[in-house]
Parts: sequence; structure tokens; C-alpha cells
Amino acid sequence: MSIVDWMPFSVLLPLIAAPVCALLPGRMLPWLLTLIAVLASAVISALVLPQAVQAPLSYHFGNWPPPIGIEYRVDAVNGLLALLISMMALVIVPWMRQSVNQEVPQRQGPFYALFLLAMSGLMGITLTGDAFNVFVFLEISSLSTYALVAHGTRRGALLSAFRYLIMGTLGATFYLIGVGLLYIMTGTLNMADMAERIPEVADTRAVRAAFVFIMVGLGLKLALFPLHRWLPGAYSNAPSAITVFLAATATKVAVYVMLRMVFSVFGVEFALSMPYEEFFLVLGGIGILYASVQAIGQRTAKRMLAYSSVAQIGYIALAVGFVSIDGLTAGLVHLFNHALMKGALFMAVGAVVYRLGSNRIEDFAGLGREMPWTMLGFTLATLSMIGVPLTAGFISKWVLLQAAIADGHWIVVGVVAVGSMLAVVYLGRIIEAAYLRPAPEGRAPVREVGLWFQLPMWVLVLANFWFGIDTSLTLGTATRGAEVLLGVGP
Amino acid sequence: MNLGLLAPGTLVALLILTPLIGALLVSLTGRWPNLRETVTLLTAATLFGLATQLIDPVVNGDGASLVVAEPIPGLSIAFDVEPLGLVFSLLASLLWFVTSVYAIGYVRGIKEQRQTSFFAFFAIAICGAMGVATAGNLLTLFIFYEVLTLSTWPLVTHKRTGAARAGGRTYLGVLMVTSIGLLLPAIIWTWVVAGTTDFTPGGILIGRINPTAAAILLTMFVLGVGKAAVMPMHRWLPAAMVAPTPVSALLHAVAVVKAGVFTITKVVIYIFGIDFLAAVPMEKYLVYLAGFTVVAASIVALKQVELKRMLAYSTISQLSYIVLAALVLAPMAEIGAGVHIVAHAFGKITLFFCAGAIYVAAKKTRIDQLRGIGHRMPWTMMAFAIAALSMIGVPPTAGFVSKWYIIGGAFQADNYFVLAVLMVSTGLNAAYFLPIVFRAFFRREDHVPEQPHGEAPWPMVAALTFTAAATILFFIFNAPVIDIEARMLEVAR
Repeated sequence: MSIVDWMPFSVLLPLIAAPVCALLPGRMLPWLLTLIAVLASAVISALVLPQAVQAPLSYHFGNWPPPIGIEYRVDAVNGLLALLISMMALVIVPWMRQSVNQEVPQRQGPFYALFLLAMSGLMGITLTGDAFNVFVFLEISSLSTYALVAHGTRRGALLSAFRYLIMGTLGATFYLIGVGLLYIMTGTLNMADMAERIPEVADTRAVRAAFVFIMVGLGLKLALFPLHRWLPGAYSNAPSAITVFLAATATKVAVYVMLRMVFSVFGVEFALSMPYEEFFLVLGGIGILYASVQAIGQRTAKRMLAYSSVAQIGYIALAVGFVSIDGLTAGLVHLFNHALMKGALFMAVGAVVYRLGSNRIEDFAGLGREMPWTMLGFTLATLSMIGVPLTAGFISKWVLLQAAIADGHWIVVGVVAVGSMLAVVYLGRIIEAAYLRPAPEGRAPVREVGLWFQLPMWVLVLANFWFGIDTSLTLGTATRGAEVLLGVGP
Repeated sequence: MNLGLLAPGTLVALLILTPLIGALLVSLTGRWPNLRETVTLLTAATLFGLATQLIDPVVNGDGASLVVAEPIPGLSIAFDVEPLGLVFSLLASLLWFVTSVYAIGYVRGIKEQRQTSFFAFFAIAICGAMGVATAGNLLTLFIFYEVLTLSTWPLVTHKRTGAARAGGRTYLGVLMVTSIGLLLPAIIWTWVVAGTTDFTPGGILIGRINPTAAAILLTMFVLGVGKAAVMPMHRWLPAAMVAPTPVSALLHAVAVVKAGVFTITKVVIYIFGIDFLAAVPMEKYLVYLAGFTVVAASIVALKQVELKRMLAYSTISQLSYIVLAALVLAPMAEIGAGVHIVAHAFGKITLFFCAGAIYVAAKKTRIDQLRGIGHRMPWTMMAFAIAALSMIGVPPTAGFVSKWYIIGGAFQADNYFVLAVLMVSTGLNAAYFLPIVFRAFFRREDHVPEQPHGEAPWPMVAALTFTAAATILFFIFNAPVIDIEARMLEVAR
């Protein structure tokens, strides 16, 4: 079997493992099976990417040739994303064990099954080359995510899960309406096939409506300002492990689908005939400023980081708003890098929650001394968020600013700069509390968390520095991906 | 003395790594203070030794360069030592050694908390300064510029009081806002326009950017390098005075602030090029801004009550001398800028050393408390007097040498604005420094202190005597520095 034949298994293995996992008793077995499934998926993704960068790989389900059958089509863009999702899952699964033991003491089999479903859903969205298949996997991942969020121990978890469900369903429905309209107009669901047929019917109201429905629907999914309202609640009330996973992967996948639909299906010319640039530049810019200011006002670390995620999505939106190689490269690189930094930050906060049961910012006081390794990891990830040189965040910022300056978008330069400064302010609050304020009187001594928490977090923290210095994987693949999306280059 | 044992590239790598290794060893030996301090001193001495080994390769024009990694295609982390950077690295490493001697006396004298982290972050900050000094392009310079910002924040907030936290916020706030908001975009703009950010003799922007845009870019650089403290980006420097005095002395009189003016000087000479900037129409407004800073900061210094805050405003004023000199665009003034980096360093570090010695020995921080203190602390106040004369620019001190060159440059460029600024500033410097010296020696103490004190611990006195002596010696033996600086212009032509 060639690697192309293995490719679908990065989606199928977690999917098949999920129902088995739900039936497994106890705590150890479900976790172990999850780990194995995720590991296999990650290995396959890692093997696929180098080849996908060379030339797109295509797998035909049931040997039905596309456009009749469903096709998995992997190039530099979704190959990179699949690697990101599966690698993040691989890092998170070891991390989540103790945290889940505390937050979901009973019935862990179904919990891990939901996690596997969510993950395989995200992988499926990423790999498939079929617009309707995207919807199917979108629902698989979304439904399981709603249930996962509802597992949170805090009182707000159910309400947040419900809100997320309403908004997520709206988004998915909008997307489906858009795809339906496209199907009516083109008679196909295969993306590559659609792309060929859309130019003939591009000048119709139906196609334009489809574009708008898909944009708004995915805008909801990726929490683009002002469609972000579900995100802070979902992130802050979900179990810590789920927050890490969602923050690192879920919105990224929605961004990917949007890129794929805009550039590979509708095509650049069509997008530019719609107010595409304005849509992203304006909403992205306002989103950065609004969410960063909101983040400053939050009282808990998770909500603060959640608003920070909304702001970071704004950066990605800005980047994909420039229809240029530089811009799309910046967007794709930040997609990857942001997962690394936000993953590390949420892991550090998760460790604090594990020990303190709280993530209010004033409760971080004195933790610099009591949980030195956790807080050091948090601080280093913070540097990446702010965009300090030698970190992945700096690379993101550099390519984004480079794209903005090269296009003469000086307002965007200003917005990005202001956003970074606001990030210094909101992240600085936690650093200041942890290192410069004494632990509150009467708090029992806090012990540092163990290796199960430390190792995965440090993998991500160090990855932030690795990808700040050696960018051949991130920047190289992203540049290739941008070329693929714009249909230029070899 | 050149031993020639190591290849120049290796030397550059060691220059960056030595302080880092020092920081690591300091944190490991924290339990044994004497061993820890030995490590600090040995590291500092090694660093200075390494820096001296670079003199020959750089002066002979062989250069010393090193490429480490290429994070962005076409843009690498690279080091390349040129004359000005050589002077800066020699200066910072020599004064690190002196300050370490001083700091040992200081932290033990007042039984400072968390001494290990103090010495460790100090070493990391020096690593930042070395990186700035030896950077071969703007990207590398920016990396270490930020290392310097971040590693000094724990030092500024070292006391962890409310005032320290507030000072730390202003410190980090201003420095990060300027560096991310202006300096980074300016660097990327340079990269987009020129396709390189290497420091190249003669500049890289000629013919690639129109004069108006160049003026905006230069403004972004001058204001974006917040460490140079050109008004209105100066607020962080007084805020940083909450730090322990050795930090103020080395970092906020030498390493950090000089990294700022050093960056501006390098940008003027190696990115824009003197000849190109002369054709940029609005460049003179930045000269006015720097001139304004010189005078305004001196006036603010006149009104200060706290000694350290006064010194901070004096530093702001003196830093703008350097910016001013660099922007005059005359060969002599460029040399003057380089010389003043050294001259001001010796003088100002002495003044801060004295302020710290007074604090440790007498627990006094305000200027009006210093009557008659010259009798109790004669060495300290003599050193203070010498350094004050250097600030004013009176012979036979270092300050006179740099002022000579800057004034020479002003005449070369027929820039009488600069001349006027220098005259006014000299008067103002005299007006705020001389009364302190006068009161210390010729007035009686208000009341005899309950616990009569003498000089501060001997390491502190030794350090400040050394730097005060250096201030005078530089007046006589300045030829090597000026030769090296002149190399810079030969190379840049």
C-alpha cells in the first residue's frame, strides 16, 4: 500500500476507535485506546505531508472516481493542517489524563469517545475534497464538541454548551444552504469539479448568495468578530483538556475551509468581485482591537485567553484579507503558530486549575514561586504570543507585517502593532501576579504539577522556539500552500 | 594584546554565549554566595578578555562575522562586528566587571532579597547588550534589543513593591510599545524596500526609497528605539529608577540606553548612509527634536528632588547629545557620537555608583539631604565631582573630548542650532550638578546622624574610584577609541 492508501486512515482510525472506546470500562483502557488512535493518525499525517507538498495526493473512496465518488485531496494547505490537528491531539492526550480524572471522574469511556469523534471530524473536514462531506464531518466534530463542553464542572458549562450549539448549528446550516445553492447551480459537490464549473455561472445571484451564506456560516464557526459570542463561554467552561484542544484546532479548521472555498472553489477573481477584502480587513481589524480590549477586562485566565483567541483569529482574517502570496502565507503560518502558543498557554492555565480549582487572575499571585515550571512555561509562551523575536509568534508577526507593508496597508500595520501592545497588557497581568505579588495569606501551599502535565506543555513551549528559529516546515509549507491556493507557482 | 587563539567568528559566538553560561552557573551556585559572586566576576573578566581579542581583526579590517540561522528566507541571524560595535562591547563588558564588584558590595551592604536571580538576570541583560553590539543586521539587532528589554524587567521590579510594579509597567510599556509599534514596522519596511537589513557601509536605502518616505522611516527608527529616550519616549527611564542602584548604573546609564543610541547611530551610518540622509529634506526636524530633548530634560532635571531621578533626566539629556551628534551628519560629529557613548558611560556610571554608595552608607536618596556629606564620604563625593565635571564637559574629563568632536561636527555642517543647544545645556548641567558638589563639601550637615557613617563598603568605593579615574584618564588616553571610531567612517565611506 502506498501512502495515499493510508491517508484516509488518519480520519478513519479515530472514527472507528470512538465507539469501541465508549464501551471500554475504567479509566486506563479508554485513554490508552485514544492515545493509540491519535498516535496512528499523527504518524500517517506526518508521512503524508512531505509528499503532499510536492504534488496534491488524491484518494478515491470505494474506487469511485471523483466527481462521482468522494475524494480525499491533500496538498500543502490541508496536509499542514492535518499534521497540526493530529500532532496537537497527540500532545494533548497524555496531558489530559490527570486533568480528566479530576474533572470527569465517572464514565470516561464515552468522554474519550467524544474526543476521538471530535478529532476525527476535524481531520475529515481537513482532508476531504467534497463540499458536502465537509458538512458531514463538521457536524460530527461539532456535535461531539457540544457534548464535550457540557462536561465542564462549572455551573456555566451547560449554558455555554447550549449557546455554542445554537450558534454552531446556525453556522453549519448556513454553510449547508450555501453548498446546496452551489449544487443546484453546478450539479456537483466535488470541490475541484465545482471550481471548474463556477466561472460559467459566476454572474448569478444564486452563486453570490451561496458565497455569502458560506462566508457567514464559516464566520460563525471560526468565531470571526462579531460572530464570536459563543467562544469565550465555551472555552472557559469546557474541561481544561477540551479547551486546549478546541483553542488549538477547532477554529483553525474553519479558517481552512473558508480559505479552501474562497480560493480553490470560488476562485480569486470571483472573491474579488465580492467585497471580500473589505469583509476580512474590516472585521479582522475591529476584531483584534475589540477582543484585545475585552481580554484586558476579564477576571479569569481562561476567558482572557479566549478573548485573546478571538483577537488572534482577527490576525488570521487580516492576513487572508490580503489576496497575496505573502498575506496567505502569513495567515497559514499564524494558523499553525497560534495553535502552539495557545495550546501551551491553556495547558499552563489548566495545570493551575488542576491545583487551585480556580483560574481567577488574582489567584495566580505567588505561583511564580510555588509552580515555577508551569509559570515559566506560561511566561515563555506569552513571549511567543506577544511576538518577541526567536519565537514562532515573531515569525507570524513578521510575515503579516511584511505582507501589510508590501501592500501599503498602513492602517493594518497600526492595528497589528496596537493589538500586540494590548497583548502585553493582558498577558502581563498574569505574569505580574505570578511573580511580583505574594501568595494570598492563608492559602495552603500549592504543589507543582507532575510530569504528565509538564512534558506536553514543554513540548509545545519549546516548539514555539523551534519554529521561531527553524521555519522550513512552517514558513516553507505555508508559502507552498499559499501558492497552491492562489494557483500560481510550480 | 592579541593572543590570536580563536577565530573571529568563534569569538563572536563566545561573546554572546559567555554571559548566558554565566547566568546559568550563577543560578546553579545560588546557594553559595561567595562562589556565585566568583562566577559573576570570572564571567565578566572572561567577556572583557574576549572582547579585547576582537580589536585586531576589526581594526585591521578583517572583520568578524558569524551566521547562525535563517528564520525568514533571505534573512538570517547574523553577527558582524564593526568598529562602533567593538567599542560598545568593550565598554559594556569592562563596566560589567566593575559593576559586579560594586554590586557585590551593594547587595550585601543592604542585604538585598533574591540576590541569585538579580545576578542571573544581570548576566542575561549583558548577553542582550553584546548581541546588540555585534548584530550584523537589523533582525539580529532587534532580537537582542528585546532580550535586553525583557531581561531587565525583573531587575527593575526587583523590590516587588507597589512602586516597583508601577515602575515596571511603565518601563515595559514604553519600551514594548515603541519597539513593536514603531521599530519593528520600520525594520520590516526597510526589508520590504531594500530586500536586506544588513548593516552595510554607505547604507542600503539609496535609490530605493523616496526622500519623504525616508524621513518617515527615520522618524520611526528614532522614536521606535525607545531605549534612546528621545522625548516623548523617555518616560521609562525615570520609571526604571525604582531598580536597585547597580541596575540603574550599568543598565540605565550604560548597557540599555547605549544600546538605544548605538542602534540609532548604526541605522544612520549603515542603513541610511550619511550621504543619503543629507538629501532627506525633513531630517532636520529630528535634529530639533533631539535638541529639544537635550534642553528640556536638563530643565526637568533641575527640578528633581530625588538624586537618582535627577540622574535619570540627566541621562535622557545626554543620550540626545548622541542622537543629535549622529543626526548632524558630519564626520566629526559621528565620531563625537561614538566617543560620547564611552565618555558619558564612565561619567554617568560613576554618578550612579555614588548615589548607590550614599544610599547604602547613609540611607539618603534626596538631594537636599546631602549637605556636608563630602566630609563623611570624601572618596565618593570626589568621584561625584569629577563625574559631574565630565557631564558639564569641563577639561580634564572625558565629557570634554566628546563635546569637542560634536562641536567640531556642528561647525563642519554649519549647524548653529546644535551649537546653541550645547551651550545652553552646558549651562544647565552646571546649574544642577555644581550645587550638589558645593553643598557636599562646603556646607555643614543639618544634624549629626544618629549612627555616624563613613564610606560605603570597600568594593563600592573601589568601583567608583576606578570609573572616576577612568573619566579623567579618558581625557588623556582617548586615542585608541578615536582611532577605532575613525575606522568606522573610513569603512562607511
